Amino acid sequence: MLRVLYFAHLREAIGAGAEDVVLPEGVGTVGALRAALGARHEALLTAKNLRAAVNQKMCGMEAPIADGDEVAFFPPVTGG
Amino acid sequence: MREAAVQEADFDVGAEIAALSAGDDGAGAVASFVGLVRGGDIVEMTLEHYPGMTETALAEIVAQARGRWQIRNVRVIHRIGRLLPGEQIVFVGVASSHRHDAFAACEFIMDYLKTQAPFWKKEETAAGSRWVDARESDDAALSRWGG
Repeated sequence: MLRVLYFAHLREAIGAGAEDVVLPEGVGTVGALRAALGARHEALLTAKNLRAAVNQKMCGMEAPIADGDEVAFFPPVTGG
Repeated sequence: MREAAVQEADFDVGAEIAALSAGDDGAGAVASFVGLVRGGDIVEMTLEHYPGMTETALAEIVAQARGRWQIRNVRVIHRIGRLLPGEQIVFVGVASSHRHDAFAACEFIMDYLKTQAPFWKKEETAAGSRWVDARESDDAALSRWGG
């Protein structure tokens, strides 16, 4: 299983802040997971400048993922 | 005291600044920054964050600053939850032997925090609510530190 988290307008568009997802077969990167989940959550595909983190570290869409990881999708950060 | 804190509660700037050099007579300079909620058409602001990652990211930013400048003491506080115009959002304070390190480290920490720490602002206005867009100027500010 993967723990997948969504933040800010992505969380609102998807209607949930987190979900547990079975790692789809053949999905080995953040970008591939985005595409797979995009079938259910269109906002993942339409979001501008989508950012991601794996196990709480910012990463690119090419970053590898494995079973048990925590993967987060969110818009560019706006703190400070 | 933890160097980086994420909290709903407000903070006392005077007390935070005083604490940075308390008991350290080698600290010749303390620089600080306080970020505030701007007013205008904003009625209220809500700050969301990624619990766990936020604390890690702030600690990492502080560690990077410590690697670049002589820092005797440092404190970063970022508030979350609902905030009103005029309220304090963020505090960064750095104590160093000399002013250059204190100024530079303080600005570096803010620039990194703006683009690397997982916080998101939502503004409430009379016309409705909107998520704040990231600014390209923030990325530009980051790039001058040589990535």
